[in-house]
Amino acid sequence: MSPTTTPPAAAASKADGLHMLNVSHAFGDDTVVSGVSVFVEPGELVCLLGPSGCGKTTLLRLAAGLEDLQVGRITIGEDTVADGQGGKQMPPEKRNVGLMFQDFALFPHLTVYENIVFGLSEKDKARRAWARETLSTMGLGGYADAFPHTLSGGQQQRVALLRALAPAPRVLLLDEPFSGLDVNRRAQIRQDTFQILSRSGIATLMVTHDPEEAMFMADRILVMQNGRIIQSGTPVDIYFRPQSAFVAELFGPVNRLDCRVENGALDSALGRFPANDLAEGTEAQVLIRPEALSLSQSTTEGDILLTVLTARSLGRSTHLTLGLKDDGAGPLFNARMPGVFLPEIGSQVSARVAPESVLIFPKSDA
Amino acid sequence: MPHPAAVADRPATRYQLSRLIPDRWGIMTLVIALFVATPLIAVATIALTPAPDIWRHLYNTVLFGYVEQTVTLIGGIGLGTFIIGTGTAWLVTMCRFPGRGLFNWALVLPLAVPTYILAFVFTDQLEYAGAVQGTLREIFGWRNRQDYWFPEIRSMGGAVTVMTLVLYPYVYLLARAAFLEQSVCVLEVSRTLGKTAWQSFWNIALPLARPAIVVGMTLAMMEALNDFGTVDFFGVRTFTAGVYDVWLNMDSISGAAQLASVLMIFVIVLVVLERMARRGQRYHHTSTKIQALPSYRLRGIKAALAIVFCALPVLLGFVLPASVLVSYAVVFFDVTLQANYLTITLNSLSLSLGAAVIAVAIGLILAYGLRMGSGPLPRAAVRFASIGYAVPGAVLAIGVIVPMAGLDNAIDAFSDRVFGVSTGLLFSGTVIAILYGYLARFLALSFGTLEAGLGKVSRNMDGAARTLGASPFQAMSRVHFPLIRTSLLTAGLLVFVDCMKELPITIILRPFGYDTLATFVFQYASDELFEESALGALTIVVAGLIPVVILALTTLRTRPGHASGGRA
Repeated sequence: MSPTTTPPAAAASKADGLHMLNVSHAFGDDTVVSGVSVFVEPGELVCLLGPSGCGKTTLLRLAAGLEDLQVGRITIGEDTVADGQGGKQMPPEKRNVGLMFQDFALFPHLTVYENIVFGLSEKDKARRAWARETLSTMGLGGYADAFPHTLSGGQQQRVALLRALAPAPRVLLLDEPFSGLDVNRRAQIRQDTFQILSRSGIATLMVTHDPEEAMFMADRILVMQNGRIIQSGTPVDIYFRPQSAFVAELFGPVNRLDCRVENGALDSALGRFPANDLAEGTEAQVLIRPEALSLSQSTTEGDILLTVLTARSLGRSTHLTLGLKDDGAGPLFNARMPGVFLPEIGSQVSARVAPESVLIFPKSDA
Repeated sequence: MPHPAAVADRPATRYQLSRLIPDRWGIMTLVIALFVATPLIAVATIALTPAPDIWRHLYNTVLFGYVEQTVTLIGGIGLGTFIIGTGTAWLVTMCRFPGRGLFNWALVLPLAVPTYILAFVFTDQLEYAGAVQGTLREIFGWRNRQDYWFPEIRSMGGAVTVMTLVLYPYVYLLARAAFLEQSVCVLEVSRTLGKTAWQSFWNIALPLARPAIVVGMTLAMMEALNDFGTVDFFGVRTFTAGVYDVWLNMDSISGAAQLASVLMIFVIVLVVLERMARRGQRYHHTSTKIQALPSYRLRGIKAALAIVFCALPVLLGFVLPASVLVSYAVVFFDVTLQANYLTITLNSLSLSLGAAVIAVAIGLILAYGLRMGSGPLPRAAVRFASIGYAVPGAVLAIGVIVPMAGLDNAIDAFSDRVFGVSTGLLFSGTVIAILYGYLARFLALSFGTLEAGLGKVSRNMDGAARTLGASPFQAMSRVHFPLIRTSLLTAGLLVFVDCMKELPITIILRPFGYDTLATFVFQYASDELFEESALGALTIVVAGLIPVVILALTTLRTRPGHASGGRA
C-alpha cells in the first residue's frame, strides 16, 4: 500500500480534452453565445473571463449537458457528446464531467462524506477509499460525518471540489469557484485549489469575472464579451497586450485620453506617443493603467506637471487623483504608486509614462 | 447592449421547433396532466356542442333564476368575507386590545368546519323546532308561528350568513399577511403627514393589501360555488344545486352538463380575477424589511367593540357548531355507532388516504416534470389541469361520468365482440370514479404545494446530481425527495382533509349504498335526523382542524417583527 495519497491524477490518466466547436445559444430571442469555440487540452486549465451576462456560464452548462446544445458541436476525448446539427444530446449523467457550482450546491440532507461519494457506486471501493484519504489530506478528515451547513465557506468549497473530482471525471468545469468565499480566505483557497488541480491533470474549464483569479489559475484565458470570445492568450498576453480597451479595462479602471493621430503620433496631455499602425487622422484613445503612471515630487524643466487632488495610502500602495490644473478642472487621472507616497494636496508632481505600457486603440472600439 | 451580429447568429429555428416536441418526461407530464384534465375537457366539450333545444328550454325556464341566485349568493359571500376578514385582520395586526393574541389564531378555526355542517347546525338551532325559537317561545309565552316573527334560516340570507362564517378565514389569512408585510414606514409617513390612523388604513393600508384581499375573496367565492350541501338543504336554487337536481331528478346528464358549463363561466371569471390579483400582489410589496408594527391601543368602548367584532365570527363559525356537535355526539353516541359509523369512517379514511397518496405521487411527477423544463405544451396542460381546484365538485363529477361511461361502453362493446362476454360498467359507479373526481379537483393542492417546495431547492442541486451521474429519476429520489419531505407531507395532508370534507363529487359518483362521513351526515340531515349523525360531522371537523392547527402553530406564531428571540 502506498504511504501517500493516491493522486487524483491516477483517475484522469485517460487524458481527455474538451472541445466546443462553433457553439451558439439563445434563450428565446436572447442570443447569449454566438459562434464560440473553446478547446481545453488534458492537463490544461482554461479560464473564461468576462463580466456577468457575457454567456460564460451558459458555455459551462452546455459542456456539462445541463442545457441542450442548439448550434455547434461538443466533444470530450473522442466522443461527441452534443451535436447541434444531428440533435444529439448526451444527458449530463452519461458525460462523466465534474461540475462545481458557484454556490457549491452541496446536498444539505447528506453528510460531507455522503456528498462526496454521491457519484460513486456502492461497489467502487477504490474511489471510496480515495475519497476518505483525500478528505483527510485536505484537513477535513474530522468532518466526514458533519452536515455541509456546519462547515465554513472554504471547507464547503473543498468538499464541493472533492465531490466533483470523486467520480474521476474526464473534464472538470468550475463556475466562479471562489466568488462565494470571503475575501480574506480567498487567496489561500485559490492556492490550495490550484495545487489540487495541477496534480489531477484533468482538462479544466473555469469561469470567472475576476481577472486576478483568472491570471492566477489559468494556463490560457479566453475573454468573453456579449457572447463572443474577443481575445485569447496567456495571462501575460491578456494583461500586457490587450487587443481592445474592453480587455484592458477588465483589470480595473484605466486613464483614458482621446487624441487624433497627427504626424504618426498621438499628442496627449500625458505626453507624445507613437501611433503605431493607426492611420493619419484616426480618432484614437490612449489608455494608461494607474500603475503605469509614475510620479515624482522632484520636478525639472520640461516635465509634465500634475496637481495632486487626493492622495490616500492603502498601506501597500498609494492611490492618487491628479488634475491638469490647480482647481481640478479638466481631465482627472488616477495613479497608483507602490508604498507610501503622500505629496501635499495641491502640490505639483511630475508624471512620466513608460511608452511600452501605453495602450492605444482606435476610438470606434467602445 | 445589443450587438449587430446577434441577429445573424440566431440559432436555427429548427431547434426552436424541436423544443415544442416534448422529451420523455415531457410526454409523461403531458399525458398525466391531460388525464387529470379530462373531466374539465369533457364539460367544456359538452358546453361547446350545440344543443339548441336544451338551451331554449333552460332559457325559458330556470336559467335566469339560477343566474340571479348564484350571483346573489357569491356576491353576498364576497361582501361578507371582505368585511369580516379584512376587519378582523386589521384589528389583530394593527391594534392592541384584550384577547388579541387569542383571536390572532382563533379566527382561523372556522376554516375547519365545512359549509354544509354549519348549515345543519344553524338549522338545527334556529328552525321553528330548534333550541333558540323554543327558548324564546318559553320566555315570551308565544304559542305558535303566528305570534312572532323570526328570520327563516333556510333562505338565501341564511346561506350567505352560514357560508360567510366559515369562508371569511381565506380573506382573514391573506389580508393579515398583507398587513404584516406592509412597510411600517409607509404608514408612519402617512401619520406624520397628518392623517389619522383611520385615514391611514383607508388610504394606504387597504389599497396596498387590495390584491391579497381580492385573492382571498375569490377563493371564498370559489368555495361558495362549490358548495352543494348548504344550497340544497336551504333550497337556494344556484347552478350547483341545479346541476345535481337536473342530473338526479330529471335524469338528464346532458342537461346537467349544460348547466355545469354555464357555471364554468362564473368559475372562469373568478379564476381570471384571482390570477390578476396575484399578479398585482407582486407590485404591492412596499418593503422586504419587516419591523415591529405600531400598535394602536384601543380602550373602553372601542376595545369592547373590537372584541365583539373578533369574537362573533369565532363563536358562530366554530365554538357554536363544535359544542353542538360534541353534545349531540355524546348523547347519540350509541345510535351513531349502530348506524355503521365505523364502516363509514373507514370508507372516508381509506378513500381520502388513497386520494392523498395518488395526488401527491402525480403532483410530484408533474411538478418535477415541469422543473425539468419539458417545454410549453406540458406546461400549459398542467396549468389547465390545476384549474380543477376552482371548479365546483358537481361540475367535475359530471365531467367524470361522461367519459367514464364512454370508456365502459367501449370496453363492454369490445369485450362483447371479441370474447362474447359483456363486462357491463367497469368503472362507473365505483370507488375509482370518486377517486378520479377527487384527483381532478384536488390535484392543484398537492401540485401547488410540491411546486413551491421544489422551487426552494436550488437548480444547482439538479445540476450537481446530474453531473455526478444521477438520472433524472435518481436525482428526484436521492436529492429532491428527501429535501421536500415536509412539502410532501403537507400536500398529502391538505388533499386528505379536503377529501374527508368533500360532498358533491362523492354524492354524485358514489356506488349504490356506499357512504362516506360527508354523505352520511348529509343524508341524515336531509332526513331531519342530524343529531344522530353528529359524531360523523364532528369527525370531519376534527380532521379539518389538523391543517388549521398546523397553520396556527407555524404561520401565525412566527409573526414577523414580533418574534421574541427569533432567528439571530
